[in-house]
Amino acid sequence: MSQSFVLDGKGIPFEDGQTILQAAGNAGVFIPHLCFHPEFKPHGSCKLCTVKVNGRHTASCTMRAMPGMVVESNTEELNGERRALTQMLFVEGNHFCPSCEKSGNCQLQATAYHLGMMSPHFDHFFPNRAVDASHPEFLLDFNRCILCSLCVRASRDVDGKNVFALSGRGIKTHLIVNAKSGRLADTDFSLADKAASVCPVGVILRKRQGFAVPIGERRFDKAPIEASAKEA
Amino acid sequence: MHAQGVAGVVDRVAARYRRDPTCMVQILREIQEACDWISPEAIDRLQATLGLPRTKVEGVAGFYSFFYLNPRGRYRILFSDNITDRMLGSKALIDRLCNSLWVELGKVSEDGLVSVAQTACTGLCDQGPALLVNNYAIGGLTPQRIDEIAELIRSRTPLPEWPAEYFRVEDNIRRTDILLGSELTPGDALRAARARAPDEGLMASNMRSWREGLPTGLGGPVAVLDEIKRANLRGRGGAGFITGLKWEACRNAPLKAGQQRIVVCNADEGEPGTFKDRVLLNTYPDLVFEGMTVAAYAVGATRGFVYLRGEYRYLLDRLNAVLAERRRANLLGADILGNPGADFDIEIHVGAGAYVCGEESALIESLEGKRGTPRNRPPFPVTNGYLDQPTIVNNVETFAAAAMIALKGGDWYAGIGTKHSAGTKILSVSGDCERPGIYEYPFGVSVRQVLHDCGARDTQAVQVSGPSGICVAADEFDRIIGFEDIPTAGAFTVFDHSRDMFEVARNYVHFFQHESCGFCTPCRVGTSLLKNLMDKLHNGAGSPYDFAEIENLNRLLQSMSHCGLGHTACNPVLDTIAKFRPAYEKHMIHSEFTPAFDLDRELAEARQMTGRDDAGAHLASVHGGRA
Ligand SMILES: Cc1cc2nc3c(=O)[nH]c(=O)nc-3n(C[C@H](O)[C@H](O)[C@H](O)COP(=O)(O)O)c2cc1C
Ligand code: SF4
Ligand code: SF4
Ligand code: FES
Repeated sequence: MSQSFVLDGKGIPFEDGQTILQAAGNAGVFIPHLCFHPEFKPHGSCKLCTVKVNGRHTASCTMRAMPGMVVESNTEELNGERRALTQMLFVEGNHFCPSCEKSGNCQLQATAYHLGMMSPHFDHFFPNRAVDASHPEFLLDFNRCILCSLCVRASRDVDGKNVFALSGRGIKTHLIVNAKSGRLADTDFSLADKAASVCPVGVILRKRQGFAVPIGERRFDKAPIEASAKEA
Repeated sequence: MHAQGVAGVVDRVAARYRRDPTCMVQILREIQEACDWISPEAIDRLQATLGLPRTKVEGVAGFYSFFYLNPRGRYRILFSDNITDRMLGSKALIDRLCNSLWVELGKVSEDGLVSVAQTACTGLCDQGPALLVNNYAIGGLTPQRIDEIAELIRSRTPLPEWPAEYFRVEDNIRRTDILLGSELTPGDALRAARARAPDEGLMASNMRSWREGLPTGLGGPVAVLDEIKRANLRGRGGAGFITGLKWEACRNAPLKAGQQRIVVCNADEGEPGTFKDRVLLNTYPDLVFEGMTVAAYAVGATRGFVYLRGEYRYLLDRLNAVLAERRRANLLGADILGNPGADFDIEIHVGAGAYVCGEESALIESLEGKRGTPRNRPPFPVTNGYLDQPTIVNNVETFAAAAMIALKGGDWYAGIGTKHSAGTKILSVSGDCERPGIYEYPFGVSVRQVLHDCGARDTQAVQVSGPSGICVAADEFDRIIGFEDIPTAGAFTVFDHSRDMFEVARNYVHFFQHESCGFCTPCRVGTSLLKNLMDKLHNGAGSPYDFAEIENLNRLLQSMSHCGLGHTACNPVLDTIAKFRPAYEKHMIHSEFTPAFDLDRELAEARQMTGRDDAGAHLASVHGGRA
């Protein structure tokens, strides 16, 4: 199949049914994204992957590629907007990167670096979110949840368990677990679950693994996030 | 309630809905109506009965404002917090009730009997201030009525024994035209639709009749579709999409095995200041149902829904009675009007306090028993709607108009209104005027004319089509209502010169913040940031910096949001900044950036705890404004 569209002036081939983000990734072009993961159905909620298709903003993780589309992505305007969204995610939760076990492996942090985010810009919300340390193997630090729903999709679609879900609405949207007590220990969550390894930030953390890989030698310390384009 | 009692309620309600998870919102509503809240025990039982994970039930219940996962008392009072309620003095009434019942706003009383809180516009702007008690509407509140309500609650009088006149909702119809003036005999529009002969050349596409593949009803459906197109009917829910095209796309959408086409009437009417669908459903339900049946005939649908906003719960029983009557008259059900294969029926789903569910794809999610989150589009509902089946979603008024078009023809309809806006528009007029209520005009009427007719004086501004619409200033009053100039879903809120347009915009921003579904980052966080900025100005910490911030947020919300709610959330602010700058200048006290944080305000809680409010308990306010 030799269909293609134009992304920032470059021809990108694609196959039927592929999204803009997937096709770009295959061609080695990185488009920032947080709620997208190649193994799951796209969600389209974080909006980091927003591009302009024929002049109109649209999420590239959900928009199917079509022949002849003219797509802008790596522009000052779009990167500025993405930076603002990243800043929003930072101020909405409580992110203290220097003390976070995910630092260096965190997609939110890496995306912020990629976009040249120098400050949170907006006033912090400082929400009150409890930590759930009930589970013998895992810690849930909801302070860092960006509501990408990857754990929800992984648990539901791969693990067949529905351990996680979103509840609440608006700014009060939050993650819940599948137990009357509301505690992870009272669910059937386990180490082998796909959901245990998909969180892009530092919410779902393995206990007793703290800083096994030292800061400075972690994934995004070695190569910036834009080097991982092919993984989309 | 006793655990066994709860289990009994859950089982009974679930059984009535055939243990169908797509009816989750209805099941939760009925459980709450019986138990006053949705307890962990109720969720346990429901999860087991429906065979769903607990997270699924809790996720849905947690989305809707009217579902309570914590006890909220036997009497749950929600004051309507539209700007019109405030203008009519709702604040003093709220304080009065709270004081009288010894309850803090937003909380439950110590004895667990009653809670008092606020909610978005309840659709009684023409007879406010209004409140909901256990989701039943009471309008026309006065201090005296508040005192009576407090007494009824204190004496634990069951709601059915409260005076019936409290719950009487007036239509307030002030001007009628082709819809509100119609006297349709139920069934006439359908008979006319059936009798319509096809145009030359349309016979071929007519082969698909009401029920796929059956060569009965030839001619009718496509001819009706043709009339709707010829009428140039555009949607009345706000976006103004051409109805004929939507219906045709649904009619032409392929059906997979076991699928059917669906007709949905959008009666979510959540836009603050809009209440015309309330009146259509209250007094013209046959016109609306007939329009839906005409639509079903035209697109070949066999199942219909009305999505009725939770605030209109009081209409449910009456609407169900009308549906039952129509079934008896063979205007619904199987072989409608003796036309073999003409099967169509309508069920009513009641919402639960979520404005976003007026967005058509969120509405469909809610109809499927899920959280009301707008879907990714494409695909659109006309091909992949309710349970992935071809679905049309139209506003209540659109269906009413469709019924009249079926009866009288497209040319008749297209001859009313203007060239670009055919027909009439029903306006919901409220605010500073002598005669608030419902006004039906042919399109093309000027803002000035409406103001004159409703007895508005000294008018400063009109908010047309609600917070997501536009704010019209005095020098624009000669502009007209119509798709070519000021499109509207119906709200027409009048503000005289005594009103602070900044506070109007701030009220609207609070509305959007409260109603954001939280799915996408720009709107979830952006509406909160915008609210904080408006509150910052209100609190006297505003500077030009904050204006620039508002403009940046606006750009971001417009370009990055997932649905129309986020796209329009900044509209009221931008419009009022552009047109009522002095109202903002008052709040732009500082020339340099000033932080929103005010130490004295942060100490309010400490003052409350110590029962002090004397000068010694205050710091000098850094903002120099209202602390
Ligand atoms: C946030 C939001 C709320 C909406 N609320 C309503 C509503 O209450 N009633 C309505 O008819 N349309 C509403 N709409 C528009 C619907 O999505 C849809 O366009 C409309 O129901 C189509 O019907 P129509 O073509 O007859 O206007 C809303 C849209 C958005 C984005
Ligand atoms: S816990 Fe992690 S994976 Fe789950 S929604 Fe939050 S950020 Fe996403
Ligand atoms: S724009 Fe707002 S309401 Fe619409 S999907 Fe995003 S968060 Fe939800
Ligand atoms: S990656 Fe596309 S919206 Fe999140």
